[in-house]
Amino acid sequence: MKKIFGRPRSLKPTPTHYCPGCGHSIVHRLVAEVIDEMDMRGTSIGVPPAGCAVLAYFYFDIDMIEAPHGRGPALATGVKRVLPNHLVFSYQGDGDLAAIGTAESFHAANRGENITIIFINNAVYGMTGGQMAPTTILGQKTTTSPPGRTPLLDGYPVQMSEILAQLRGAAYIERCTVNSPPAVMKTKRAIRKAFQYQMDKRGFSMVEVLSPCPTNWKMSAVDACKWIDEVMTKEFPLGVLKDIGAKEAGKEKKS
Amino acid sequence: MQGNCVIGEAAIRAGCRFYAGYPITPQNELTEYMAEHLRKTDGGVFIQSESEIAAINMIAGASAAGARSMTSSSSPGISLKQEGISSMAACELPGVIVNMMRGGPGLGNIRPSQGDYFQATRGGGHGDYRTIVLAPATGQELADLTMDAFDLADKYRTPVMILADGMMGQMMEPVVFRKPKPRQYPECYVLKGAGNGKSKFIRGLILDAIEMEEHNWKLARKYNLISQKETRCEIHEAKDAEMVIVAYGTAARVAKGAIRRLRSMGLKVGLFRPISLWPFPTRELRELSEHIKHFIVFEMSTGQMLDDVRLALQGFANIDFFGRPGGVVPTPAELSNVVSRRYPQKDAYVDRFLRFKVVEGPFGP
Repeated sequence: MKKIFGRPRSLKPTPTHYCPGCGHSIVHRLVAEVIDEMDMRGTSIGVPPAGCAVLAYFYFDIDMIEAPHGRGPALATGVKRVLPNHLVFSYQGDGDLAAIGTAESFHAANRGENITIIFINNAVYGMTGGQMAPTTILGQKTTTSPPGRTPLLDGYPVQMSEILAQLRGAAYIERCTVNSPPAVMKTKRAIRKAFQYQMDKRGFSMVEVLSPCPTNWKMSAVDACKWIDEVMTKEFPLGVLKDIGAKEAGKEKKS
Repeated sequence: MQGNCVIGEAAIRAGCRFYAGYPITPQNELTEYMAEHLRKTDGGVFIQSESEIAAINMIAGASAAGARSMTSSSSPGISLKQEGISSMAACELPGVIVNMMRGGPGLGNIRPSQGDYFQATRGGGHGDYRTIVLAPATGQELADLTMDAFDLADKYRTPVMILADGMMGQMMEPVVFRKPKPRQYPECYVLKGAGNGKSKFIRGLILDAIEMEEHNWKLARKYNLISQKETRCEIHEAKDAEMVIVAYGTAARVAKGAIRRLRSMGLKVGLFRPISLWPFPTRELRELSEHIKHFIVFEMSTGQMLDDVRLALQGFANIDFFGRPGGVVPTPAELSNVVSRRYPQKDAYVDRFLRFKVVEGPFGP
């Protein structure tokens, strides 16, 4: 019998601790599939964050080093500069990337560091129990914004992809989601492209994934997927925000 | 050669190939030296980071990827680095951190001080860990101890701190660079990609309490081993001494000047200079206290190493203290005045017209 679907080589056969309906396990799989397809398992180094994905090193079957909260891009910079031909990516949540680690993300992008950030945006601090994140939507209720996020008290949702896209060091930035099969396929293509840009040494790349968190949004998994379409994408529009190599990539396709 | 540059050159010769740092006075010359010279070496990487926090995490990453790495800063910046130092100790990653201490607390000032002794020797960051702390007192020692720091970091897979102050960083002295030892370290932990084999990971987060406890005990056993094997100190003019000054770094240099003055006045004063601040040379100091009963601790702080001296001597000798915090460097004359006034008097009668001169017999010469 021909095997047509299996576990990617870059994932361990370990059940994850993620809640039902969570986007992390989908994105883990996509990253692992892309690494397999690029035949980079032996030369990949991942940097998991503090947060829900902190245990990613139990799930990925590649070399990994954990970063303190928010410091993933700095750590990845150190690894990448010593091993410039390896695939180095940092996997970060919204609190990690857009609050405590804003400086590290911003300056890694600005240096045009040849690393990729997989940015999981679920508009909430997941692991600590659903507190307000920098990307929490206006009006969204969290444990630290009980009446709903109000601009006067809590500020506005931070659009990191738009911000980083303005930096000249950023080569490729796309915002995707994983709330439907076509969206999942699109996210995979984005990750593949980001990794390819890194290996071509074009500069900094980031894929932002709007990811459902039914547990902390207090919704069913199906409603969470709907909420991404109906609410989240209004604040965080999907699409390519930066692609310095769009023309060159087009040429490659034609030839 | 200027002290900061000595450290840079010694690090490069010792095989340091990754440096990340953020400007702060009084250690900028070290960052500048690395910017100019490290990039000229084969594979040398210099990054001016966006913050002290990013710098320490960059060297953690570089260290995990197998490079000898270093960062440097001064007091307020070292406070920022503590998160990363704690993390490197937990993950057992080697690395060298230079602290050119300045006046504190807070932003303080940019003058030489020794106020970071507690922070350096007690771990500094959160959690149950220690860092090896080496305190150079001469330009030559800046070179030698920097090379040793890399060897110790590799040997024990732990962060090592060079603790000096603005004076040591800015001072110029002739230096001879010795030939560095070939690097020896267990390569097993280094991340190079999984290849065709098993993947590995480096982490400090261990959620299971029993597992975390075992990790802590493993670290503790390592720290015990370091305590037994890696203490260093200098004992100066102590053979016939009635009183011994305990001082490190710049303060020890001042003390040597004071001792020359005091000896010329006939006061038998020696010096005990810890070179490794952690592990503190407890055994060596205790041995000295077998025949010397009067110690005066001298620091450019309000009294921090004083605690370690008390712990070492455990009441078996008298311990006095003199300190000037906040960026003041006392002169040898000032210190010799203080020491002479507190010098243990053996005889009932002293000629009050002869300052500092202890009289031989009951009726004087």
